Amino acid sequence: MKLLASPAVRVGLSISIATGLYGISFGALSVTSGLSFWQTMALSLLLFSGGSQFAFIGVVAGGGSGIAAMGAATLLGMRNGIYGMQLNALLHPTGWRRYVAAQFTIDESTATSTGQSDPAEQKRGFWAAGIGIYVLWNLFTAVGALAGSGLGDPKQWGLDGAAVAAFLALLWPRLKGREPVAIAVVCALATVFAVPFVPAGVPILVAAVVAAVAGWFSHGRRDEGLEPDVDPYSEHHHRRQDSQQAGA
Amino acid sequence: MNLWIWLLLACALAYAWKVVGYFVPAKFLENPRISRVAGTMTIGLLASLTIVNAVATGQALAADARLGALAAAAVALALRAPFLLVVMIGACTAALLRMIGLA
Repeated sequence: MKLLASPAVRVGLSISIATGLYGISFGALSVTSGLSFWQTMALSLLLFSGGSQFAFIGVVAGGGSGIAAMGAATLLGMRNGIYGMQLNALLHPTGWRRYVAAQFTIDESTATSTGQSDPAEQKRGFWAAGIGIYVLWNLFTAVGALAGSGLGDPKQWGLDGAAVAAFLALLWPRLKGREPVAIAVVCALATVFAVPFVPAGVPILVAAVVAAVAGWFSHGRRDEGLEPDVDPYSEHHHRRQDSQQAGA
Repeated sequence: MNLWIWLLLACALAYAWKVVGYFVPAKFLENPRISRVAGTMTIGLLASLTIVNAVATGQALAADARLGALAAAAVALALRAPFLLVVMIGACTAALLRMIGLA
Protein backbone atom coordinates (compact mmCIF):
# COMPACT_ATOMS: atom_id res chain seq x y z
CA MET A 1 0.00 0.00 0.00
CA LYS A 2 2.98 2.23 0.62
CA LEU A 3 3.77 2.04 -3.07
CA LEU A 4 0.29 3.26 -4.02
CA ALA A 5 0.88 6.36 -1.90
CA SER A 6 3.50 7.44 -4.42
CA PRO A 7 2.09 10.02 -6.85
CA ALA A 8 4.35 8.74 -9.64
CA VAL A 9 3.10 5.18 -9.19
CA ARG A 10 -0.51 6.37 -9.30
CA VAL A 11 0.13 8.34 -12.52
CA GLY A 12 2.04 5.35 -13.90
CA LEU A 13 -0.85 2.99 -13.24
CA SER A 14 -3.51 5.25 -14.73
CA ILE A 15 -1.40 5.80 -17.85
CA SER A 16 -0.95 2.00 -18.01
CA ILE A 17 -4.68 1.46 -18.19
CA ALA A 18 -5.26 4.23 -20.76
CA THR A 19 -2.40 3.09 -23.00
CA GLY A 20 -2.81 -0.64 -22.44
CA LEU A 21 -6.45 -0.52 -23.49
CA TYR A 22 -5.66 0.65 -26.97
CA GLY A 23 -3.66 -2.50 -27.45
CA ILE A 24 -7.10 -3.86 -28.41
CA SER A 25 -7.12 -1.72 -31.53
CA PHE A 26 -3.55 -2.73 -32.38
CA GLY A 27 -4.33 -6.44 -32.01
CA ALA A 28 -7.49 -6.27 -34.11
CA LEU A 29 -5.90 -4.15 -36.86
CA SER A 30 -2.80 -6.33 -36.95
CA VAL A 31 -4.61 -9.61 -37.65
CA THR A 32 -6.89 -7.95 -40.20
CA SER A 33 -3.76 -6.53 -41.90
CA GLY A 34 -2.73 -10.12 -42.59
CA LEU A 35 -0.39 -10.84 -39.67
CA SER A 36 -0.89 -14.04 -37.69
CA PHE A 37 -1.78 -14.09 -34.00
CA TRP A 38 1.81 -14.89 -33.03
CA GLN A 39 3.30 -12.28 -35.36
CA THR A 40 1.00 -9.76 -33.68
CA MET A 41 2.09 -10.91 -30.23
CA ALA A 42 5.76 -10.87 -31.23
CA LEU A 43 5.42 -7.18 -32.12
CA SER A 44 3.86 -6.31 -28.75
CA LEU A 45 6.17 -8.53 -26.68
CA LEU A 46 9.47 -7.82 -28.45
CA LEU A 47 9.16 -4.55 -30.38
CA PHE A 48 6.95 -2.90 -27.74
CA SER A 49 6.60 0.65 -29.06
CA GLY A 50 3.09 1.60 -30.14
CA GLY A 51 3.92 3.93 -33.03
CA SER A 52 6.44 1.52 -34.57
CA GLN A 53 4.05 -1.40 -34.21
CA PHE A 54 1.23 0.48 -35.93
CA ALA A 55 3.72 1.58 -38.61
CA PHE A 56 4.77 -2.01 -39.29
CA ILE A 57 1.22 -3.27 -39.77
CA GLY A 58 0.19 -0.08 -41.61
CA VAL A 59 2.83 -0.67 -44.29
CA VAL A 60 1.89 -4.36 -44.58
CA ALA A 61 -1.82 -3.48 -44.82
CA GLY A 62 -1.06 -1.06 -47.66
CA GLY A 63 0.64 -3.81 -49.65
CA GLY A 64 4.19 -2.79 -48.73
CA SER A 65 7.06 -5.25 -48.42
CA GLY A 66 8.42 -6.62 -45.16
CA ILE A 67 11.60 -4.61 -45.55
CA ALA A 68 9.66 -1.34 -45.99
CA ALA A 69 7.60 -2.20 -42.91
CA MET A 70 10.80 -2.81 -40.97
CA GLY A 71 12.27 0.47 -42.25
CA ALA A 72 9.27 2.56 -41.16
CA ALA A 73 9.12 0.87 -37.75
CA THR A 74 12.86 1.33 -37.19
CA LEU A 75 12.93 5.03 -38.17
CA LEU A 76 9.99 5.67 -35.83
CA GLY A 77 11.91 3.94 -33.05
CA MET A 78 14.78 6.42 -33.13
CA ARG A 79 13.13 8.63 -30.55
CA ASN A 80 13.31 5.79 -28.01
CA GLY A 81 17.09 6.16 -28.21
CA ILE A 82 16.72 9.79 -27.16
CA TYR A 83 14.45 8.72 -24.31
CA GLY A 84 17.07 6.14 -23.29
CA MET A 85 19.69 8.90 -23.01
CA GLN A 86 17.36 11.05 -20.92
CA LEU A 87 16.38 8.18 -18.62
CA ASN A 88 19.95 7.00 -18.22
CA ALA A 89 20.95 10.48 -17.05
CA LEU A 90 17.93 10.57 -14.73
CA LEU A 91 17.75 7.08 -13.25
CA HIS A 92 21.31 5.70 -13.63
CA PRO A 93 20.23 2.06 -13.87
CA THR A 94 23.12 -0.40 -13.41
CA GLY A 95 23.88 -3.98 -14.48
CA TRP A 96 20.97 -6.03 -15.84
CA ARG A 97 18.51 -3.27 -14.94
CA ARG A 98 19.84 -1.22 -17.84
CA TYR A 99 18.86 -3.92 -20.32
CA VAL A 100 15.42 -4.37 -18.79
CA ALA A 101 14.83 -0.63 -18.53
CA ALA A 102 15.69 -0.33 -22.22
CA GLN A 103 12.79 -2.57 -23.22
CA PHE A 104 10.36 -0.44 -21.17
CA THR A 105 11.67 2.81 -22.69
CA ILE A 106 8.74 4.31 -24.61
CA ASP A 107 6.90 7.65 -24.86
CA GLU A 108 4.65 7.12 -21.86
CA SER A 109 7.15 5.68 -19.35
CA THR A 110 9.57 8.50 -20.21
CA ALA A 111 6.88 11.15 -19.84
CA THR A 112 5.73 9.70 -16.50
CA SER A 113 9.28 9.70 -15.18
CA THR A 114 10.42 13.09 -16.45
CA GLY A 115 7.19 14.69 -15.16
CA GLN A 116 8.39 14.06 -11.60
CA SER A 117 11.00 16.15 -9.82
CA ASP A 118 12.09 13.88 -6.96
CA PRO A 119 14.67 11.26 -8.13
CA ALA A 120 12.99 8.43 -6.19
CA GLU A 121 9.64 9.33 -7.73
CA GLN A 122 11.18 9.52 -11.21
CA LYS A 123 12.40 5.96 -10.72
CA ARG A 124 9.07 4.69 -9.40
CA GLY A 125 7.15 6.44 -12.17
CA PHE A 126 9.31 4.91 -14.88
CA TRP A 127 9.00 1.35 -13.61
CA ALA A 128 5.30 1.62 -12.73
CA ALA A 129 4.39 2.97 -16.19
CA GLY A 130 6.86 0.74 -18.05
CA ILE A 131 5.86 -2.55 -16.43
CA GLY A 132 2.18 -1.63 -16.20
CA ILE A 133 1.91 -0.69 -19.87
CA TYR A 134 3.94 -3.73 -20.94
CA VAL A 135 1.62 -6.15 -19.14
CA LEU A 136 -1.66 -4.50 -20.16
CA TRP A 137 -0.55 -3.68 -23.73
CA ASN A 138 0.27 -7.34 -24.34
CA LEU A 139 -2.87 -8.58 -22.62
CA PHE A 140 -5.11 -6.30 -24.68
CA THR A 141 -3.17 -7.00 -27.89
CA ALA A 142 -4.08 -10.66 -27.41
CA VAL A 143 -7.73 -9.77 -26.76
CA GLY A 144 -7.86 -7.59 -29.88
CA ALA A 145 -6.09 -10.17 -32.04
CA LEU A 146 -8.49 -12.93 -30.97
CA ALA A 147 -11.52 -10.69 -31.53
CA GLY A 148 -10.17 -9.38 -34.85
CA SER A 149 -9.54 -12.82 -36.31
CA GLY A 150 -13.25 -13.61 -36.05
CA LEU A 151 -14.38 -10.46 -37.84
CA GLY A 152 -14.35 -11.66 -41.47
CA ASP A 153 -14.16 -8.87 -44.05
CA PRO A 154 -12.30 -6.01 -42.31
CA LYS A 155 -13.70 -3.40 -44.73
CA GLN A 156 -17.26 -4.23 -43.77
CA TRP A 157 -16.39 -3.23 -40.20
CA GLY A 158 -14.56 -0.11 -41.36
CA LEU A 159 -11.26 -1.33 -39.94
CA ASP A 160 -9.34 0.48 -42.68
CA GLY A 161 -11.00 3.65 -41.37
CA ALA A 162 -9.95 2.64 -37.85
CA ALA A 163 -6.32 2.46 -38.97
CA VAL A 164 -6.50 5.97 -40.45
CA ALA A 165 -8.01 7.25 -37.20
CA ALA A 166 -5.33 5.49 -35.12
CA PHE A 167 -2.47 7.11 -37.04
CA LEU A 168 -4.07 10.54 -36.82
CA ALA A 169 -4.56 10.03 -33.08
CA LEU A 170 -0.87 9.13 -32.70
CA LEU A 171 0.11 12.22 -34.69
CA TRP A 172 -2.30 14.70 -33.08
CA PRO A 173 -0.60 15.29 -29.68
CA ARG A 174 2.66 16.07 -31.51
CA LEU A 175 1.18 18.92 -33.54
CA LYS A 176 1.91 21.62 -30.99
CA GLY A 177 2.93 24.81 -32.77
CA ARG A 178 3.30 25.97 -36.34
CA GLU A 179 6.45 24.05 -37.30
CA PRO A 180 5.20 20.52 -36.45
CA VAL A 181 2.01 21.22 -38.44
CA ALA A 182 4.06 22.46 -41.42
CA ILE A 183 6.28 19.35 -41.28
CA ALA A 184 3.21 17.08 -41.12
CA VAL A 185 1.59 18.79 -44.13
CA VAL A 186 4.78 18.73 -46.23
CA CYS A 187 5.40 15.06 -45.41
CA ALA A 188 1.78 14.13 -46.21
CA LEU A 189 2.06 15.91 -49.57
CA ALA A 190 5.43 14.29 -50.35
CA THR A 191 3.81 10.92 -49.61
CA VAL A 192 0.85 11.50 -51.92
CA PHE A 193 3.11 12.62 -54.76
CA ALA A 194 5.38 9.58 -54.29
CA VAL A 195 2.62 6.94 -54.15
CA PRO A 196 2.11 6.45 -57.93
CA PHE A 197 5.83 6.30 -58.69
CA VAL A 198 7.41 3.98 -56.12
CA PRO A 199 6.44 0.60 -54.59
CA ALA A 200 3.96 0.57 -51.69
CA GLY A 201 5.61 1.38 -48.37
CA VAL A 202 8.41 3.44 -49.91
CA PRO A 203 6.47 6.77 -49.87
CA ILE A 204 6.55 6.55 -46.07
CA LEU A 205 10.34 6.33 -46.13
CA VAL A 206 10.45 9.31 -48.52
CA ALA A 207 8.48 11.29 -45.95
CA ALA A 208 10.93 10.21 -43.24
CA VAL A 209 13.85 11.65 -45.23
CA VAL A 210 11.97 14.93 -45.81
CA ALA A 211 11.22 15.15 -42.08
CA ALA A 212 14.80 14.35 -41.09
CA VAL A 213 16.16 17.09 -43.35
CA ALA A 214 13.61 19.53 -41.94
CA GLY A 215 14.65 18.62 -38.39
CA TRP A 216 18.35 18.93 -39.14
CA PHE A 217 18.05 22.46 -40.50
CA SER A 218 15.24 23.80 -38.34
CA HIS A 219 15.63 25.81 -35.17
CA GLY A 220 12.49 24.61 -33.45
CA ARG A 221 12.11 23.20 -29.95
CA ARG A 222 14.51 20.32 -29.37
CA ASP A 223 11.74 18.11 -28.01
CA GLU A 224 9.45 18.74 -30.98
CA GLY A 225 7.48 15.59 -31.81
CA LEU A 226 8.60 13.87 -28.63
CA GLU A 227 5.26 14.09 -26.87
CA PRO A 228 3.59 10.90 -25.56
CA ASP A 229 0.39 9.66 -27.25
CA VAL A 230 -1.34 9.82 -23.91
CA ASP A 231 0.00 12.60 -21.67
CA PRO A 232 0.31 11.21 -18.14
CA TYR A 233 -0.05 14.69 -16.69
CA SER A 234 -2.78 16.18 -18.87
CA GLU A 235 -5.41 15.82 -16.15
CA HIS A 236 -3.01 15.51 -13.27
CA HIS A 237 -1.14 18.77 -13.16
CA HIS A 238 -1.75 19.02 -9.45
CA ARG A 239 0.13 15.77 -8.96
CA ARG A 240 3.39 17.43 -9.96
CA GLN A 241 2.94 19.62 -6.94
CA ASP A 242 2.08 16.56 -4.85
CA SER A 243 5.36 14.95 -5.80
CA GLN A 244 7.31 18.09 -5.11
CA GLN A 245 5.84 18.18 -1.64
CA ALA A 246 6.57 14.48 -1.17
CA GLY A 247 10.14 15.11 -2.24
CA ALA A 248 10.58 18.09 0.04
CA MET B 1 7.58 -16.94 -43.45
CA ASN B 2 9.40 -14.11 -45.18
CA LEU B 3 7.49 -11.57 -43.10
CA TRP B 4 8.69 -13.23 -39.88
CA ILE B 5 12.30 -12.41 -40.77
CA TRP B 6 11.63 -8.68 -41.26
CA LEU B 7 9.37 -8.63 -38.24
CA LEU B 8 12.02 -10.12 -35.93
CA LEU B 9 14.65 -7.82 -37.42
CA ALA B 10 12.39 -4.85 -36.72
CA CYS B 11 12.07 -6.06 -33.11
CA ALA B 12 15.85 -6.39 -32.78
CA LEU B 13 16.46 -2.92 -34.24
CA ALA B 14 13.80 -1.36 -32.00
CA TYR B 15 15.56 -2.82 -28.96
CA ALA B 16 18.91 -1.68 -30.36
CA TRP B 17 17.71 1.98 -30.45
CA LYS B 18 16.45 1.71 -26.89
CA VAL B 19 19.56 0.09 -25.47
CA VAL B 20 21.97 2.38 -27.36
CA GLY B 21 20.37 5.32 -25.56
CA TYR B 22 21.59 3.92 -22.24
CA PHE B 23 25.17 3.51 -23.40
CA VAL B 24 26.03 6.64 -25.40
CA PRO B 25 27.92 9.34 -23.51
CA ALA B 26 25.69 11.99 -21.94
CA LYS B 27 27.24 14.73 -24.08
CA PHE B 28 25.18 13.49 -27.04
CA LEU B 29 22.16 14.84 -25.17
CA GLU B 30 23.54 18.31 -25.64
CA ASN B 31 23.27 18.11 -29.41
CA PRO B 32 19.76 19.41 -30.10
CA ARG B 33 19.94 18.34 -33.75
CA ILE B 34 19.84 14.63 -32.96
CA SER B 35 16.76 14.84 -30.76
CA ARG B 36 15.10 17.25 -33.18
CA VAL B 37 15.58 14.84 -36.10
CA ALA B 38 14.11 12.01 -33.98
CA GLY B 39 11.12 14.24 -33.25
CA THR B 40 10.50 15.60 -36.74
CA MET B 41 10.87 12.10 -38.18
CA THR B 42 8.21 10.88 -35.78
CA ILE B 43 5.88 13.64 -36.98
CA GLY B 44 6.68 13.05 -40.66
CA LEU B 45 6.27 9.27 -40.48
CA LEU B 46 2.97 9.45 -38.62
CA ALA B 47 1.62 12.08 -41.04
CA SER B 48 2.73 9.92 -43.96
CA LEU B 49 1.18 6.76 -42.50
CA THR B 50 -2.07 8.64 -41.87
CA ILE B 51 -2.39 9.85 -45.45
CA VAL B 52 -1.20 6.57 -47.02
CA ASN B 53 -3.81 4.62 -45.13
CA ALA B 54 -6.45 7.21 -46.06
CA VAL B 55 -5.93 7.54 -49.82
CA ALA B 56 -3.56 4.86 -51.16
CA THR B 57 -4.21 1.28 -52.23
CA GLY B 58 -0.89 -0.09 -53.42
CA GLN B 59 0.30 2.45 -55.99
CA ALA B 60 -3.17 3.83 -56.73
CA LEU B 61 -4.75 6.88 -55.12
CA ALA B 62 -8.46 6.79 -54.31
CA ALA B 63 -10.98 8.96 -52.47
CA ASP B 64 -13.32 6.63 -50.60
CA ALA B 65 -14.88 5.93 -47.19
CA ARG B 66 -11.46 6.20 -45.54
CA LEU B 67 -11.37 9.97 -46.18
CA GLY B 68 -14.64 10.22 -44.27
CA ALA B 69 -13.01 8.29 -41.42
CA LEU B 70 -10.07 10.74 -41.47
CA ALA B 71 -12.38 13.76 -41.23
CA ALA B 72 -14.46 12.21 -38.44
CA ALA B 73 -11.34 11.28 -36.49
CA ALA B 74 -10.01 14.84 -36.81
CA VAL B 75 -13.26 16.23 -35.40
CA ALA B 76 -13.18 13.71 -32.52
CA LEU B 77 -9.57 14.63 -31.72
CA ALA B 78 -10.36 18.35 -31.83
CA LEU B 79 -13.08 17.60 -29.26
CA ARG B 80 -10.45 15.82 -27.12
CA ALA B 81 -11.91 12.33 -27.46
CA PRO B 82 -9.67 9.56 -26.03
CA PHE B 83 -7.63 7.33 -28.37
CA LEU B 84 -9.89 4.28 -28.37
CA LEU B 85 -13.01 6.36 -29.03
CA VAL B 86 -11.30 8.09 -31.96
CA VAL B 87 -10.42 4.71 -33.46
CA MET B 88 -13.99 3.45 -33.05
CA ILE B 89 -15.38 6.62 -34.62
CA GLY B 90 -13.04 6.08 -37.59
CA ALA B 91 -14.26 2.50 -38.02
CA CYS B 92 -17.96 3.40 -37.66
CA THR B 93 -17.68 6.27 -40.15
CA ALA B 94 -16.03 4.12 -42.82
CA ALA B 95 -18.47 1.25 -42.25
CA LEU B 96 -21.50 3.57 -42.33
CA LEU B 97 -20.38 5.38 -45.47
CA ARG B 98 -19.99 2.02 -47.20
CA MET B 99 -23.30 0.71 -45.92
CA ILE B 100 -25.27 3.64 -47.28
CA GLY B 101 -23.29 3.38 -50.51
CA LEU B 102 -21.75 6.85 -50.39
CA ALA B 103 -18.18 5.77 -50.83
